[in-house]
Amino acid sequence: MKEEKSYLHKTYHRNKTVVVFFMCLAIFIGLIGRLSYLMVFRSEYYTQKAKELHERERSIKAARGRIIDANGKVLADNKTVCTISVIHNQITDPERVIDVLCRELELSEEYVRKRVEKYSSIEKIKSNVDKNIGDAIREYDLDGVKVDEDYKRYYPYDSLASKVLGFTGGDNQGIIGLEVIYEEYLQGEAGTILTVTDAKGVEVDKAGEERIEPVNGQDLYVSLDMNIQSYATQLALQTMETKGADSVSILVMNPQNGEILAMVNVPEFDLNDPYTLPEDVESEGLSEEKRQEQLNGMWRNGCINDTYEPGSTFKIITAAAGLESGAVKTTDTFNCPGYIMVEDRKIRCHKVGGHGAEDFVQGTMNSCNPVFITVGMRIGVDRFYSCFRQFGLLDKTGIDLPGEAGTIMHQKENIGPVELATISFGQSFQITPIQLATTASSIINGGRRVTPHFGVRVADGDGSNSHSFEYPVRENVVSKETSETMRYILEQVVAEGSGRNGAVEGYRIGGKTATSQTLPRGSGKYIASFLGFAPADDPQVLAIAIINHPQGTYYGGQIAAPVIRQLFENILPYLEKMKYNRT
Amino acid sequence: MDYSLLFIVLFLLGFGLIMVYSTSSYEANLDFGDSTYYLKKQLFASILGLIAMILVANIPYHFWERFAVIGYVVSAVLILMIIPFGYEAGGAKRWLYIGPISLQPAEVAKLGMILFLASMINTMGKQIRGRKGFWMVLLTPAPIALMIWKITNNMSSAIIVMGIAVLMLFVSSPEYKRFIILGLLTLAGAAIIVFAIVQMAANSTDSLNFRGERILAWLDPSAYASGKGFQTLQALYAIGSGGVLGKGLGQSMQKLGFLPEAQNDMIFSIICEELGLFGGIAVIVMFILLIWRFMIIANNAPDLFGALLVVGVMGHIAIQVILNIAVVTNTIPNTGISLPFISYGGSSAMFLLIEIGLVLSVAKGIRLKDL
Repeated sequence: MKEEKSYLHKTYHRNKTVVVFFMCLAIFIGLIGRLSYLMVFRSEYYTQKAKELHERERSIKAARGRIIDANGKVLADNKTVCTISVIHNQITDPERVIDVLCRELELSEEYVRKRVEKYSSIEKIKSNVDKNIGDAIREYDLDGVKVDEDYKRYYPYDSLASKVLGFTGGDNQGIIGLEVIYEEYLQGEAGTILTVTDAKGVEVDKAGEERIEPVNGQDLYVSLDMNIQSYATQLALQTMETKGADSVSILVMNPQNGEILAMVNVPEFDLNDPYTLPEDVESEGLSEEKRQEQLNGMWRNGCINDTYEPGSTFKIITAAAGLESGAVKTTDTFNCPGYIMVEDRKIRCHKVGGHGAEDFVQGTMNSCNPVFITVGMRIGVDRFYSCFRQFGLLDKTGIDLPGEAGTIMHQKENIGPVELATISFGQSFQITPIQLATTASSIINGGRRVTPHFGVRVADGDGSNSHSFEYPVRENVVSKETSETMRYILEQVVAEGSGRNGAVEGYRIGGKTATSQTLPRGSGKYIASFLGFAPADDPQVLAIAIINHPQGTYYGGQIAAPVIRQLFENILPYLEKMKYNRT
Repeated sequence: MDYSLLFIVLFLLGFGLIMVYSTSSYEANLDFGDSTYYLKKQLFASILGLIAMILVANIPYHFWERFAVIGYVVSAVLILMIIPFGYEAGGAKRWLYIGPISLQPAEVAKLGMILFLASMINTMGKQIRGRKGFWMVLLTPAPIALMIWKITNNMSSAIIVMGIAVLMLFVSSPEYKRFIILGLLTLAGAAIIVFAIVQMAANSTDSLNFRGERILAWLDPSAYASGKGFQTLQALYAIGSGGVLGKGLGQSMQKLGFLPEAQNDMIFSIICEELGLFGGIAVIVMFILLIWRFMIIANNAPDLFGALLVVGVMGHIAIQVILNIAVVTNTIPNTGISLPFISYGGSSAMFLLIEIGLVLSVAKGIRLKDL
């Protein structure tokens, strides 16, 4: 005990133990401080990080906006489809699940069994299932079977206006046509379902789901009129068939404001099945690249993506330029011997014997090349070129469709007398049909260059939140007088001239025919076309028919003008009625 | 019997079992089809440990003094036996199998070292005050520590063994100056190593060894998120997302496979995630109480040997708790240290309980009026 006593007197041991304790205490307090910093001040940051780690995002597609025609008919709609999947570790009665899914989805037992028995977090059985079938499966209330609703783009009229409307891809995004241009309105905003999962991606049941609802896309109201479009399509198909043509385009627009009522390019394609090439195309054994090329060809909108030599319809522009620049008056007289010499070149008129003596109006009615070459020479390169610019011919029209082609015109310094002569009657350069229609519109509507368009307004599904589109209009492209004179001349062309076949009884029609040989010259291939408008004194509708490579008769006046006549015979009374109804 | 100490230990042990079940049940169910797989093993080791504790507590502690040298030798032999007979788990060869029971020689060595040093210092008497005594106490445990580090590749246990030695030496010597110098030198050395590694990493991209990368991952865990920083980062997510009040017991997300081996070294982060800052601080407070109890017992021990035994156990537990929490909160570089009484691990729980038995035995010798 003596030893013990002596130990207890050595107080420094005790002091040191106390020092050790307080050192530990100090460190512990430091650690508590660190812990508090992490769990209070950094908590938000780490909570967010951890949440990102634990949550799996599934997106909910937004319903894409519909496309609706001038009369309220839905041209592009959404179909609700279902995706059926199974979650392995939630299935309680696998035999019943296999049985029901086989029966309802008409799938082989082997196929379904393999997927139901596969150990995975989620296994897709079938997508794009009809909503009725999806609902029926949901009715069974099977554990571990998930029915997710989804939207699929659906075009009720299949191929109608296919190259205008366009279609959508797998993520519901626009691929071509209006679907692309109005993507931002149509698309809407996808929502999300957040599911909490463990490290292996297995859903944690108790955590539940968090939903962010999708915002549906806005409906697009277009000026296209389904009735006119479908009648024009029939006409075009009929013409393509009877004339043995490669393709036929018909464009109908309102020259006063640029609204397009119909744009037909036959052959069209099926919007609900846009990746199948037509039957007559050899699709077997095509390389992926070749196949895509074929598809792109099938999807091309000839009215805006392709250029052509307009031929005599361009004489409308030459005439307007001549009148506007004062180079010609309607009363000026010309003489056509059947040809005209330009430098050392002899350019023939289409009438071999010549038209003889004629004034400018008669020259236009006859579509006489020497008359227009003479006028073109009088205008001169400088004035002609500045007229083109003034008319907007050298710019794109600004139509609300993707991929509009530009005008292919000679450089100004390269235009010699021969080029000037050929330009005067619409050859040696190329423009798009929409460019011709737009320029002709501005010449006959009193000189207002309008922007051709389909999109009128967008609005939410219930009609609220409407937003109308405004399109630029350029005034005084030609004077009112020139415009009036042009309307008079073009009415004469149809009334008594080369456009006789475009005349409609009881209506005043203006117009111009064209027959242009395609390059290379001498191939024997032609493009026949006719541009008509009505009523001639106050144009409300303008239409172009373009027949590519017809067999047999190829004169625009003989095969294209009757197409527009038939079209007008039907749509003019219809438009009058519509107008009456609307006002 | 010191019931306050017993109560604290039993509380920590029971809390530990709950947390082991909470952290391991999900993975255990996936891996073994039995959510109580780890809980059962831990419960078995804890019961075994409690029996051993009661036995040791009822044997007068001077009985063990004669085994001091044998303890040192046995520790060394067990560690050496790892080389031929070691059993590997989780990428490290640290275990020996004796029948059905797995044993970590490093745990034996910690207990052996406490006993050996207590006995050695006790017999040294006044010699401890001299330079020779100072270095003897520091250098005798060094071979064991070195063996633990190099043979079992377990640097943290080596640090603990040396830490216990330094603390026991500190308490038994009236000296301060030497310890301050020693502490400053250690800090400076650590700083130089960290600086050197950062410089090396900046100059070369390859050939950084295991611990070098650990240091870099410590400084910026998210830059090494897929490698050495992964576990630390996951632990920080767990702690940070717990907030003040936590997600509730059993509600941890990070234990669902995100934080690897959540029931082991990183269990404290799941405690914080489930029970919040409140729960985390409560656990720390329990350990502070435990260490305070050790201090009281040590300072009232009947003799120096008893006091030193208690100081050794106190040092062991304090160092281990501090290092564990510091690692989990990324205060120091990641090194594998379990949280006493709470982390999953049979050897650790058993030997800690034997140490508690020793302390209880020392406490028995205290007359009531001394308290």
